[in-house]
Amino acid sequence: MHSVMQQPFKTAVLILVWGWLLFLVLAPNLLVVGASVMTRDPVSFLSLPLNLDAYRQLFDPLYLEVFLHSLYMAAMTTLVCLLIGYPFAWALSKVGKQRQLILIFLLIVPFWTNSLVRTYALKLILATNGLLNSALMSIGLIDEPLQLLYTEGAVIIGLVYLLLPFMILPLYSVFEDLKQELLLASHDLGAGRLSTFIHVIVPLTLPGVLAGVMLVLLPAMGLFFVPDILGGSRNLLVGNVIKNQFLDARNWPFGAAASIVLTVTMAFLMFAHRLSKRRIGEEGA
Amino acid sequence: MTRWLPRTYLTLVYILLYVPIVVLVVFSFNESRTGYAWGGLSLRWYEALFNNRAMVNAMWNSLWLALSAATISTVIGALTALALHRYRFRGKKLLNGMLFVVMMSPEIVLAISLLALFLLVGLQLGYVSLLLAHVTFCLPFVVITVMARLSGFDESLPEAARDLGASDFTMTRTVLIPVIMPALLAGWLLGFTLSLDDVVVSTFVGGPSYEILPLRIYSMVRVGLKPEVNALGTLLLVFSLVMLMLSQWILIRSKR
Repeated sequence: MHSVMQQPFKTAVLILVWGWLLFLVLAPNLLVVGASVMTRDPVSFLSLPLNLDAYRQLFDPLYLEVFLHSLYMAAMTTLVCLLIGYPFAWALSKVGKQRQLILIFLLIVPFWTNSLVRTYALKLILATNGLLNSALMSIGLIDEPLQLLYTEGAVIIGLVYLLLPFMILPLYSVFEDLKQELLLASHDLGAGRLSTFIHVIVPLTLPGVLAGVMLVLLPAMGLFFVPDILGGSRNLLVGNVIKNQFLDARNWPFGAAASIVLTVTMAFLMFAHRLSKRRIGEEGA
Repeated sequence: MTRWLPRTYLTLVYILLYVPIVVLVVFSFNESRTGYAWGGLSLRWYEALFNNRAMVNAMWNSLWLALSAATISTVIGALTALALHRYRFRGKKLLNGMLFVVMMSPEIVLAISLLALFLLVGLQLGYVSLLLAHVTFCLPFVVITVMARLSGFDESLPEAARDLGASDFTMTRTVLIPVIMPALLAGWLLGFTLSLDDVVVSTFVGGPSYEILPLRIYSMVRVGLKPEVNALGTLLLVFSLVMLMLSQWILIRSKR
């Protein structure tokens, strides 16, 4: 296909790219897998013998509770994002083209803004003497300030606020592709609105839902700075555990094992997403 | 379907998204120290910000890091996209898959894996470690942006160039690069912003020898309220807004 003259360029590019990915993506990830089955060592971080203690430690009631609580908060975040984002994406796909561009622009502006700063801005609103409490008290809805900050709710609000665009964008893209003829056909065949929604719209938008879930659920377990700023010490994420184990407690095997749990969750979600897409591909053909 | 219902809903969600940002901007001009009550218009927090030498230093460090990370990832990302688009080679699917995994992985997973690597090879944590990490997480975004541009591109142009005797390198330089230029700029701006915004990865692979802005903000906002953060946040907001508008403008203009 290519003459010898053209080969050096191709070879150079491929070596560069593969070198980068092997050295900075594959090797580090293998290291983490390796670290998770080694023994903790106070001096060199890791030592032999190989064992599964770190994984066993994940089931220690103390940590299990943190993990389940983190999973719960991540699931709630995902659910809230889905409940807000699904109708939002639907409504967005119905707006005129020109206006759609502006609305999408407005949606990604926050995404381009420093996430720490945005989390901090929520603190201004949720604090005991913050704006929300002041507003509620001034209209007489409450007599004394509510404890909003440093609660589970505050962490979920923070996560939803940061991650909502990641739910909306994939949903918007499936709603954009939704063919109006299919909806009309369903209507012509006598299906009511609810029936069309359940049997046509939901299955066709499922890949978007799963992509959104994937983009929200995982970061919602990893964004450790959100509980640091809004949640206090009782509402930790898996990310906080990993960070503490790696940077403070210096227990690498345990931190690595916790991170592998996240990776496995990701793999599972990616698999589900692929499956749902393939099913639609077959049915749509 | 009634029209006002979806519109009201969209408006409501946008208001919720923007309230914290507006509050931040307004409070950055607040004279009061307590941070919650309005004490009159003032620029004192902006002044405090620029008089804080460590802060200004972190700002420059962050800008330089973002600049270099965006540039390197754009070069490597563009070459990768070109290779994926033009060449057939073994492991192409694997390469695609790896880029996808990097993009989807939770940042914290990438962060600890890179930390483990840097400590193993004995790299001192600082500018170089931050740079390698930032380029790595920016890379897939550049590849996607450039690939999207290449996929809608007339294949007869490179063919013609080759028929006229251009080598691959010459053809890439004279035909492909001008075509993907808007995508390169957009990818560069995206990488720049991602790098400037990153907290998670930098917390792990950053070191005291090279302090950057997000880590400085992080240590400030963890305890209590710091009015300077409002001012800094406002500046960052304006800055990213300009960057975003620039990249959109480039992309939209190139489509005409």
